[in-house]
Amino acid sequence: MYQWDFGILWSYRWLFLNGLGVTVGFTVVIVVCGLLFGLLGAFGSLSRFRALRLTALAFIEAFRCTPILVQLIWFYYALPILAGVEMTPITASALALSLYGGSFYSEIIRGGIVSIDSGQSEAGAALGMTPIQTMRRIVLPQAIKRMIPALMNQSIIQFKNTSLVSVLAVPDLVYQSQVAAHDSYRPLETYTAVAVAYAAILIPLTIIVRRGEKRLAVSE
Amino acid sequence: MSDTTKIEIRSLRKSFGSNEVLKNINLDVAKGGVVALIGPSGSGKSTLLRCINLLVVPDGGSVRVGDTSFAFGEGAKLPDVKTLARFRATTGMVFQHFNLFPHMTTLQNVMEGPVTVRRMAKADAEKLARAQLAKVGLAEKADQYPATLSGGQKQRVAIARALAMEPDVMLFDEATSALDPELVGEVLNVMQRLASEGMTMVIVTHEIAFAREVADRLIFMRDGVVVEEGPARQVIDNPREAATRAFLSHFHRTGALPPATPAS
Repeated sequence: MYQWDFGILWSYRWLFLNGLGVTVGFTVVIVVCGLLFGLLGAFGSLSRFRALRLTALAFIEAFRCTPILVQLIWFYYALPILAGVEMTPITASALALSLYGGSFYSEIIRGGIVSIDSGQSEAGAALGMTPIQTMRRIVLPQAIKRMIPALMNQSIIQFKNTSLVSVLAVPDLVYQSQVAAHDSYRPLETYTAVAVAYAAILIPLTIIVRRGEKRLAVSE
Repeated sequence: MSDTTKIEIRSLRKSFGSNEVLKNINLDVAKGGVVALIGPSGSGKSTLLRCINLLVVPDGGSVRVGDTSFAFGEGAKLPDVKTLARFRATTGMVFQHFNLFPHMTTLQNVMEGPVTVRRMAKADAEKLARAQLAKVGLAEKADQYPATLSGGQKQRVAIARALAMEPDVMLFDEATSALDPELVGEVLNVMQRLASEGMTMVIVTHEIAFAREVADRLIFMRDGVVVEEGPARQVIDNPREAATRAFLSHFHRTGALPPATPAS
C-alpha cells in the first residue's frame, strides 16, 4: 500500500504559489484577449461583406480544428523560421491560447446573436434604429444572457489549457510542480495537490456564475 | 401628388427568389385615412405593409410617405442605413407577435425609441412614455416586464411604443392574429380610438367586421395583385369580384366588434 505524505509539499509552497500566480494571470490575459478575438470573429462571420466573412471563417476553423499543443509549438518554433517573428515563450503561448480560445468564443457569440428572434431586430429597425443601435441596445443584451453558460464553460477549458504552456517552459503551476516532483520524488502527492488546486479555484467560480445566471433570468 | 395623399405607392414589385410576391401594386392612402388590407395568407399583404416602411426593400417601383420618397429598380441606388433609419422613425409599426423587448420593462420599451433614436432627454422621454402607456390603459404596468403581461396588454404596449415616436403613419401587421379571442377587443379598441383621432393607418387584418367598421378603404389582395379595392363597407357588403366574394364567405362580416374588456 502506498504511503501518502502530503507534508513534504509544504517546503515547495512558494514554488506552487508562484506557479499558481502565473496560471491565474495567464488565464485572465487569454480570456480577455480571447473574448476580443471572439467578438471580432463573430461580427466578421455575421458581416454583410463576403471577404470579412471568409476571413473570419478561415480564422475560426484554422484554430478550432487544430490541436492547441501543436499551435503552441508552432507559434514558438515555426514563426521565427517562417516569418522571422521572434517571441518569448510567454508571448507565443499567450497569443496561441488567445486565438485558440477566440475561435471557440466566436462560435458561441455568433450562436448567441443568431438565436435572438429576428422580430427583435425588426422591431428595432421599425423604431428607426440603425443596425448598430439595434445590435447594441436590443440584440446583444439578450444574446449575452444566453452566451454566459457557454462562455463560462469555454473559459474553464481555457484555464485548464494554460497547463500546456509548460511545454514551452513557461513557469505555470504544472511546470513548477514538475520541478517539485523531480526534486521530492513525490509525483503522486504533487500532481494530486495540483489537481485539487485547479478544482479549488474553478468550483467556487462556477457557483458564482450559476447564481448570476439565475439573477439575470429573472427579467425574462 | 396632392397634400392630402400621405402614402403613395406606384408599380411596386417584390420577389423572394423565383417567387413573385408583389406584382405591380399601386396604393394611395389619404392623410388621416384608414386602409385595411385583407386577403388569404401568401397574398402579399404583409410584404406590401413591410415595403411601406422599407423593412422589406422592394425590387421595383416607388414608395412615398409624407415628403420622403424612394425609387427602386434598375439604376436606382439603394438607400443607406442612416437614411432608412431616419425614414422608419416617421412610421410606427405593430407586429403580429408584439416583438416587445423582453429585457426591458414596459416603460423602458416605450422610452427606447425616443431615447435612442430621437435623442430625447431621459426625463422627457419618461413623461412621454407614461402618457402613451396611459393612453392604451396600461399606466400602472409601467414597471413590469413584458413576460408578466397578457397578449392583449403586450400588444397595447407595442402600440404605445410605436406611438412614442410620434409617427405620421401607423402600420398594423395582423395585430390581433396571435391573441386569444377574448383579448382581441381591447386591442381593436385602441386601434379604433387611434383612427378616430385622425391617424393615418394601414391595417393588415383578418377582422373583417372591424375593417368594415373602422377602415374607410379596403383592399383585397390575392397572389400578389390587388383584386378589388373600394370603400370598406361597399367591398365587404357587395363585393364585385368572385374571388373577393369567395374569400369573404369565410367570415362574419357585420355585427358588433368584440367587447373590450376594461383595461387591467
